[in-house]
Amino acid sequence: MNGTTEKIDVRPSALAGKVEQLLADGGRMQMAYAWFPQPDRVQVRYLASPGARQPFQLWCCDAVDATLPSLATQAPLLSWYEREIQDLYGLRFDGLPMPHPLVAGGWTEASPLVNAHGMQACLSAPGHVPGIHGSDVQLLSSGPVRAGVVESAQHLFFYVGEAILHYQPRLFFKHRGMERAFEGHDPRSGATLAERVSGIGSVAHALAYCQAVEDAAGCEVPKRAQQLRAVLAELERLYNHLYYFGHLADATTLKVGHAEGVLLAERVKQLNARLTGSRFLRNLVTPGGLRRDIELPRDFLHTMYLLREQTNSYLKQLERTTSYLDRLITTGVLSRQVAFDQGATGPVERASGLDRDLRRDHPYAAYAWHAPDVPLAEEGDAYARAKVRAAELRASFQLLDAFVPTLVDGPIRAECRPAPGVEGLGWAESPRGSLFYAVHVGADGKLARVKIKSPSFSNWRVFPFTVHRTNMMDFAINEASFGLSIAGCDR
Amino acid sequence: MPLWTLRGLAQGIATTRWPDGSGGDDGQQGGYGMPRIGAEQCLDDCRACAEACPTKAIRLDTRGHLAELDYGRCIACQLCVEACPAGTLQSGHEWAFGVRERADLRWSLDTDTPPAQALASRIESSFRGSLHIRHVDAGSCNGCESELQALGNPFYNLHRLGIFFTPSPRAADLLLVTGMVTAAMREPLQATWEAMPEPRRVLACGTCAVCGGVSADTYASGHGLEGVLPVDVWLPGCPPNPAAIIDALLLLLERKPQRIHGGRVHAP
Ligand code: SF4
Ligand code: SF4
Repeated sequence: MNGTTEKIDVRPSALAGKVEQLLADGGRMQMAYAWFPQPDRVQVRYLASPGARQPFQLWCCDAVDATLPSLATQAPLLSWYEREIQDLYGLRFDGLPMPHPLVAGGWTEASPLVNAHGMQACLSAPGHVPGIHGSDVQLLSSGPVRAGVVESAQHLFFYVGEAILHYQPRLFFKHRGMERAFEGHDPRSGATLAERVSGIGSVAHALAYCQAVEDAAGCEVPKRAQQLRAVLAELERLYNHLYYFGHLADATTLKVGHAEGVLLAERVKQLNARLTGSRFLRNLVTPGGLRRDIELPRDFLHTMYLLREQTNSYLKQLERTTSYLDRLITTGVLSRQVAFDQGATGPVERASGLDRDLRRDHPYAAYAWHAPDVPLAEEGDAYARAKVRAAELRASFQLLDAFVPTLVDGPIRAECRPAPGVEGLGWAESPRGSLFYAVHVGADGKLARVKIKSPSFSNWRVFPFTVHRTNMMDFAINEASFGLSIAGCDR
Repeated sequence: MPLWTLRGLAQGIATTRWPDGSGGDDGQQGGYGMPRIGAEQCLDDCRACAEACPTKAIRLDTRGHLAELDYGRCIACQLCVEACPAGTLQSGHEWAFGVRERADLRWSLDTDTPPAQALASRIESSFRGSLHIRHVDAGSCNGCESELQALGNPFYNLHRLGIFFTPSPRAADLLLVTGMVTAAMREPLQATWEAMPEPRRVLACGTCAVCGGVSADTYASGHGLEGVLPVDVWLPGCPPNPAAIIDALLLLLERKPQRIHGGRVHAP
């Protein structure tokens, strides 16, 4: 670790006090994960963020008798991490308010990541559904195979007439064991895997993974590669956000608005293929830099200018469409407090007034030289979430305008070979929010543990809070306004 | 609302004429496809390609030469091409890799291009009109979904080919599966297939659905549709681009011939 992250040993009894102090000082918890420093020793890592432009802290805490105190009542966002660690590592968290399995389902091994000398598995309670009874209460269960071309997940609704009493998503049908799939690979070859954790976040995943490996190796990435990486990351934001508006327009039954949004997204994907050989900008980012140089065509900025004009005109038309606005305004309100407590991220948190963006607050790649504008909104409704994304589209175009003329010539790849036993942390602000990779290299020089914290894991946790006590009619619009993906969450 | 309609009309037709009209744009300019195998000789004991390949798609012979490439396992990552010092493996732009027999995706040194046989039609007349697809995500990275969703955008406009997605398996002719089939999705996938009326067809869409892809066979994931469902068309690609998906659908409908035989392009 090259010193941008502080590592602190913490005893289990001191955890609660540290969280309290962190929150009182204006910091926040980011995530938690377990790993085996030795075959018979399991340790939980808590990633804490004291604030913008301050190093992240990794609190390292060994479990005692396979148990740790739960921190979920102080920092509710940690409860999903604790439940996941219970499922995958067989640890127990004392005082965890809802200790039901989160990820587990249909596996052959009970607690699959527990190694040979591992801890006692404590699994197999069925997924928890509250008992809600009443003569008019109906239960609707949809999925995991749902209408349309969508990712698999199940939704459970308890409702009366149009009113939703309780909503619960059941995720992790798509759990592929991606973190396990990294293990045993050469750290230099993991980017192809990271790109396939969430396809529509290929660049962000490759970037966060590679930065973690570079952190572990103490590798300095050449400037041109840093700049081109940021260009790729903004192109990824463009096609994702454009598709988002097409999808949101569709949810509000605006057919032409839908067609125009998805066509703009298609244009960016085709441009991506011409620039890099891949519509998803894959097979380029690698530990140490890029696999090949990219030559931006002479008319690249002009192409961007035309696209920006079309995008602006499209967004303006949406803003003038009352049938669209009517469905968004006051729909699915997420308060600032809930957004903070439950760990909302990306455009979702920024639409609830939380001013955070990893590109600006913990800069990487070319964002160190060109910080993005970070648009905010306060209302926390579906309209605020759309407004923030619209402003982010405009900010992406501005960033590309700033990056391209300042591109330097030079090498695009540096030697990057992490030594046995090292570890690193990497991050990226993906189109959907904060993404973290923690990478541990084993004594054999191969990957021993890779933890992935995807933005949708955070936002799926938050989403149900905006559904309770709303109505069925608004559900699809609210869901579209969150812009969630499932593959990254389920992994 | 009329404003949007006018706006749509003013922008003209965005839909490509491909694959029907001659000279239509398939939209895939510049995109890499599966690696090509050139005539150059491998270096003795090289092994570089097999070591670089993340999905074990490459098998070597005793001299360490390229002996077999299974395109059904290939994610078109180009790592073997970068590793190859002899120029045997080259980047190519061939992406229309839909085939009826899994074996047709295996290139091997000792078999020559098998002659394309005149296939007895396997498509019942019920498929000759329009095709209704039920999609199941059995554990994808969502790259494949993103390309399936793109089929509905004005550029590809899948409907013009008489092909539609349907929410109900009971109204579906084709089950289109993405993802490597996770432990938790195996049952819902099976149930969807069982709910479909016969005759029913299955398309394995993407390298994950063909063989499991980059994360096959972890504790939670399977290795694609082999042994799970009877597959009619195998389409590797990571993801297959929208034109490749259209191509595979037309192959299924016998409206297009199969291009790949024994891992070799056999353009009719
Ligand atoms: S392009 Fe295909 S064959 Fe070559 S390394 Fe990648 S997956 Fe393996
Ligand atoms: S084939 Fe590739 S794009 Fe499709 S789901 Fe698998 S990893 Fe994703």
